[in-house]
Amino acid sequence: MALDRWIALILLGIFVTYGYAAWFTMDDNLAPFMRRNPIWPSTFPKVLSVLGVIACLIVLFGLEKSEPKEPEIDYRRLTDYNLGQAIALLALMVVYALCLRPAGFIFSTSAFLILGPIILGERNWKIMIPVALTATFVVWYLVQEVLGIYMRPLPGFIGG
Amino acid sequence: MLEGLLIGLETAFSLKNLLMVIGGCLIGTFIGMLPGLGPMSIIAIMIPVAISLGDASAALILLAGVYYGAIFGGSTSSILLNAPGVAGTVASSFDGYPMARKGKAGKALTIAAIASFAGGTLGALLLMVFAPALSSVALLFHSAEYFALMVVGLSAIAAFAGTGQIAKAMIMTLLGLIMATVGEGALFNLPRFTMGIMDLQSGFGFITLAMAMFALPEALFLVLKPKDLKGDEGEIKDLRISRTEAKAIAPVIGRQSVQGFFIGVLPGAGATIASFLGYAVERNIAPKEEQEEFGKGSIKGLAAPETANNAACTGSFVPLLTLGIPGSGTTAILLGALIALNVSPGPRLMIDEPQIFWAVIMSMFIGNLVLLILNLPLIPYIAKVLAIPRNYLIPFILFFTLMGAYIGQNNATELLILVAFGVCATALKFADYPLAPLLIGFILGGMMEDNFARSMQLYDGVSFIWERPMTLGLLVIAAILVVLPSYRARRLRSKAQAEGVADGD
Repeated sequence: MALDRWIALILLGIFVTYGYAAWFTMDDNLAPFMRRNPIWPSTFPKVLSVLGVIACLIVLFGLEKSEPKEPEIDYRRLTDYNLGQAIALLALMVVYALCLRPAGFIFSTSAFLILGPIILGERNWKIMIPVALTATFVVWYLVQEVLGIYMRPLPGFIGG
Repeated sequence: MLEGLLIGLETAFSLKNLLMVIGGCLIGTFIGMLPGLGPMSIIAIMIPVAISLGDASAALILLAGVYYGAIFGGSTSSILLNAPGVAGTVASSFDGYPMARKGKAGKALTIAAIASFAGGTLGALLLMVFAPALSSVALLFHSAEYFALMVVGLSAIAAFAGTGQIAKAMIMTLLGLIMATVGEGALFNLPRFTMGIMDLQSGFGFITLAMAMFALPEALFLVLKPKDLKGDEGEIKDLRISRTEAKAIAPVIGRQSVQGFFIGVLPGAGATIASFLGYAVERNIAPKEEQEEFGKGSIKGLAAPETANNAACTGSFVPLLTLGIPGSGTTAILLGALIALNVSPGPRLMIDEPQIFWAVIMSMFIGNLVLLILNLPLIPYIAKVLAIPRNYLIPFILFFTLMGAYIGQNNATELLILVAFGVCATALKFADYPLAPLLIGFILGGMMEDNFARSMQLYDGVSFIWERPMTLGLLVIAAILVVLPSYRARRLRSKAQAEGVADGD
């Protein structure tokens, strides 16, 4: 089964779960006065879930024929591409998200901007480190001073 | 209208707004030139900046400037490298790149700039005429018609998604709509579908979603499959065009501005369709000997898509500004930004906040002028951006998406949501699911439900569908739009099989 049909199957699951919530569980604790309204909070979701299930079934059973076309990236041969780099960068983003608050903006951002190029194979330290540090400080200044959004610059234990 | 024009001029010519136009155009050109980054990602990245400006006209002017700049920048990389940065400029590379190969890169860029300028300016003139007319009609609309109109818009977007893609586009639209129902709405004051998670109480963040749908997958694609960015190291010179050439492209520009504008007005058919159609039409009506030239460096073949894509960009503002219904991913993002700034686009916009409406139109003229006189001489230098090594480029793109999501919500959980959605969006992109319908559905979802609920309450049930002829008519159009293309494809196929012609050609 091709990837687009697997995805249709997963989305079908989402639509069915959503539809189950809309049709069967949502209305239980609706206030009595709201029951007299012609529209309930679940009315619109009910319609959407039905349409969604229909559309997913159309893709799942391949009722709509599409011409095979050359994709930009063939997902069947993902390992031929720089998959490791992509996954490493995604992991880096997750680590960044987790570190941003505890480790402070300046530390985590410069680490992100140095580790990012390293993952992609850059080894020219003389350019990489100054670029990362400059960008970090410029962005911090813009966000903190110009836009006025508070970002803790340093980790808590050194008084950030 | 004259009064409106003057208000617009006054707002657009303030120093701040002039800087916004110039800055927006330059930023857009810079980033639009990078292959793989489309106008939607750039605008998504720029939204936090625009919103924090706090002034709706300035924000819209900045984002619109970025939009044209991106289209212009995209055509530059199509011409110089045959690597279009934006889908709307793919057609420009058909004739632009052969011209650059012949050493006429400067001339090609000039033609592209003039054609874009003319397309954008004529498009803005048409916008000035049609938008007020359309919005005075739109004032007669009832919420039932609004609901129906949004259904038409969403199904048109699905219908224009291409053969074999309609069901997929519909799934994505519906997915966007159900994502819009998550959280606590003003309509019922009840949290819905939050699964008890506090972070979902206010729904999904629109900026996070926009970044995750466009910027992140594009960056990941650049990581997975590095694009070869080696251009001919030729110098860009000789920016002048001759009088005969100008005469040859003038009628093309005239026709394509009008055609491109009206294609842009249609929901779902944006700059990309306008540019391909413009190219095809001009090739078909060209004289025999000029037809041979197309694809080998014809100036008409370059002027046509360039005019059409800029006129279509302008045209796509018509439904946004008059009905408050975005017809494309880009205008959907603009709509999201406007709502964040407490402006609701729609027929009342021109009456309630004329300075926004007219300032945007005026800034379109200024923006086009800026692109022509500022960017054109600077192009040889701006093109140096193509030399930024991807090792630096990609971490920075990722960092800006993270920052955008963080600034929008001031919440680190948002970053995890961003990464998770980004991975899902990449998987959807692998499987050839269109992503723009999801975002449009997400943005329209709230408004659509509001209008639906209002008409349900007024008519005490769904009877508004058959009691209001205009609503019924619009809904029938929506149904036809979805069903017709697949029906036609099916009939064509059965006909082909009956005649014994092999499938697949």
